[in-house]
Amino acid sequence: MVNSERTALSEAVFYILLSLYTPMHGYGIMQNIRQISNDRVNLGAGTLYGAINTLLEKKWIQPVEEDNDSRRKEYVITTLGKSIARNEMTRLEELLLNGKKIEGGEHG
Amino acid sequence: MTHIIRKMFWDYEKEEEWLNAMAAKGMMLTDYTWCRYVFEEGTPKEYTFRIELLEHASTHPESKAYIHFMKENGIDCVASYKRWVYFRRNSSEGAFDIYTDLESKLQHYKRIHLLWMTLMAVELIVGLLNILISVVNLNFNKTMGNYSIVNLIVGSLLFALALLFWRLDIPIRRKIKKLQREQQIRE
Repeated sequence: MVNSERTALSEAVFYILLSLYTPMHGYGIMQNIRQISNDRVNLGAGTLYGAINTLLEKKWIQPVEEDNDSRRKEYVITTLGKSIARNEMTRLEELLLNGKKIEGGEHG
Repeated sequence: MTHIIRKMFWDYEKEEEWLNAMAAKGMMLTDYTWCRYVFEEGTPKEYTFRIELLEHASTHPESKAYIHFMKENGIDCVASYKRWVYFRRNSSEGAFDIYTDLESKLQHYKRIHLLWMTLMAVELIVGLLNILISVVNLNFNKTMGNYSIVNLIVGSLLFALALLFWRLDIPIRRKIKKLQREQQIRE
């Protein structure tokens, strides 16, 4: 895999990818991220717009084909996007494991 | 009732603060053209305002697509002036920020930085050219004397304008530096 895809994802991108396991439009993504992070992550619409365009370009997400011409565009994660999200989780697990080993031991 | 206020801001973030202070008093921005703000009376604090510099003029298709996306997300574009747009969102939806991570904030500041630096460069080049022409004419071609005085005055004014744009960019450069330092240790 390309090296740049092995580096850490931003919090916004990781949460956008997770949100899009279910097809969603922009507003839905923002609401979902706010909800699953217990109001901690309040994604700005400008940041989201830029991220969606970059993720579309990288083909990590794709627009949902619509039969009815609903005004709001929906997006969904691709197979490539899912493998990126899985890689990120492996990386995060490593961080967490090492953190728990060192920091967790001192208090626990 | 409509109120018109003429005011000039050098710093768009101070302008934002002022618009939100006006909104707190129930004065909602509905239109803007150069240094001219139109307000309508409304419920105090109903909306929060944000200003953004777009990559293209607000009438460009890419800007239109962006403004449409914002509208879908409950953010209205109340006014635009060249590449500057004035957004508002209902305050009940919580804190309103357009950019929420380091990278996108940095990109926005860099866009503003580039705008001020471009304007500065143009004024500086044209201004210095005018000064140069006047100096050459006044010294070697005395028959053009009157025109050259005009060149000198125009040149000096443009030079002052270039300095102004340089001054405008100082807080922007400071913010870019701060965010870049932050980016070295944060994703």
